[in-house]
Amino acid sequence: MTVLAQQLLLGLLIGGLYGLAAAGLSLIFGVMRVLNVAHGELIMLGGYGAFWLSALLGVDPFASLVIVIPASLLLGAVLYWGLFGFVVRAHEETRVKNSLLIGFGLALALHALAVRLWTADERSIPTSYGGAVLSLGDLAIPLVRLATLVLALLLIVALQLLLSRWRWGKAIRATAEDWQAALLTGIDIRRAYLLAFALGTALAGAAGTLVTVAYSVSPSIGLEWTLKALIVVVLAGLGSMMGTFVGGLVLGVAEAASAATFGGPYREIVGLVIFVVVLAVRPRGLFGR
Amino acid sequence: MTAVGHERRWALAILAALGLLALLPLAGPREDLLNFVFLILLSITLAESWNIVAGYAGQVNLGHAAFFGLGALVTRTLWIGGTPVPLAMAAGAVTATMFALVIGVAAFRLRGAYFAIGTLALGEILKATIGNVLPEISTLPAATIASYRLTLRYYLALGLAAVSVIAVATLATSRLGLGMRAIREDEEAAEASGVGALALKLTALALSTALAGLAGGLFAYYHISYYPAHPFGPHWTFDALLMTFIGGVGTLQGPVLGAALYVVLKEYLALRWVDIHLLIFGALFVAIVLLLPGGLVQAAERARWMFGRRA
Repeated sequence: MTVLAQQLLLGLLIGGLYGLAAAGLSLIFGVMRVLNVAHGELIMLGGYGAFWLSALLGVDPFASLVIVIPASLLLGAVLYWGLFGFVVRAHEETRVKNSLLIGFGLALALHALAVRLWTADERSIPTSYGGAVLSLGDLAIPLVRLATLVLALLLIVALQLLLSRWRWGKAIRATAEDWQAALLTGIDIRRAYLLAFALGTALAGAAGTLVTVAYSVSPSIGLEWTLKALIVVVLAGLGSMMGTFVGGLVLGVAEAASAATFGGPYREIVGLVIFVVVLAVRPRGLFGR
Repeated sequence: MTAVGHERRWALAILAALGLLALLPLAGPREDLLNFVFLILLSITLAESWNIVAGYAGQVNLGHAAFFGLGALVTRTLWIGGTPVPLAMAAGAVTATMFALVIGVAAFRLRGAYFAIGTLALGEILKATIGNVLPEISTLPAATIASYRLTLRYYLALGLAAVSVIAVATLATSRLGLGMRAIREDEEAAEASGVGALALKLTALALSTALAGLAGGLFAYYHISYYPAHPFGPHWTFDALLMTFIGGVGTLQGPVLGAALYVVLKEYLALRWVDIHLLIFGALFVAIVLLLPGGLVQAAERARWMFGRRA
């Protein structure tokens, strides 16, 4: 019983990161109707950012968020100007398909680049507090993972505030709701797209940092994280960042439950099955209005 | 020059090139050259098979490796169990096609990018399951290794590449292929003018996965040892996608040129740098999607047009 509870707890803790990873994808998808399948590779880059900041400059991995987030924001803007900005001119169906293809090519290139630059080795960041555990009855809560869950939640709340209070946040939401109407009311939707993409990439960078602190990073984690984010987005639907976060927690717990029931190797499958089932029920996917 | 005549001319040219390659083993070349050409031939089959669904019917299937893997799994199991290879490969192809038809009915309810990510998830499910059920490496029995003949595999690959080229050429010039292209351009409009979209998409998928299953069977017949989950890996899908797009999606000759270029570049660059070919191909692929959706085939046509020669 305790073993099961412990496993579910660990599932919940990684679920927060699933939510954070999915939030960026969901924001970009919801606003731009662009499906960036290189999202996982952006997470991977964020992870390496934190790793090298720690390895070369001795920056604490949590503190490195202060550098990784703005750097990812900039990277997002560059990717928008260089690649995805061209896609948003197309009709919606073509747009989703072309963005998928571009994201795919980008994912391959970034993966190969990461292997070339940093080898295929798996890396983690050693910290003095890495082994600290909070005991709660029979349960042991790894402090670092708890911290990543809390930080993920804080980032989601910050994003929520940004989208509801900030002038441009409202513009982003208006564009997501109906870009034609937004255009008619004088919103510069290109800038809303740019901001959404940059913010989404920043969230990916933050997620990557937290993943690397609590777990590890290697060039090949991209596809796995893209799939997790996609599963959560499909599960939670678009529009609510908090909903996405909860969707992430659900996936984390579901994976842990499936691993406990069918054995460790099967933890990946449950999410994919959920994904396929939800898609089968809602074939128009997330736009089903 | 009509489009149909164009396809026929290319089909003849490619088959002639394959005919020349049939003479290669007679010259008694080094084994590594035969292996190299084998890889190109296998890639041609894989790319053309993916091209049928993506290029003609317009559905980006990101789970293609599942069918390649199923073909490999069934062929390997039956062949090691004593079934003659042609029979085992046929069984592999049939299994892949049956599986494709079952999931196709559900998957084709998804449109555009949803079909792509849905099939990606299906492929990953299958890969993870096979990896869990069959974690042990599959190695040929010593007696089989002793009687292993590369030339036989080479000719099988050659035959399969020829079959896939003929299949795509026939499809491209047929009513069936025309209907598929109508779906690719505008599914609603095609349905409105009497094209049964689901039936045609399933036909495309069946043909595509039968070829992929055969290619998987060839893989299983060729390799002495591999992990059963390996042919289910997503890189088989990605390779097919890259080769097809860079050559020219929806054309007969595109995947053939793309496959040859891909394998040559991969082997050439792998001597110096691990995986750097993927960086180049990834970047090239992005450039092609953005600037030149027709791939190298379209680039060649544009060049010909610019230099004022008859297309």
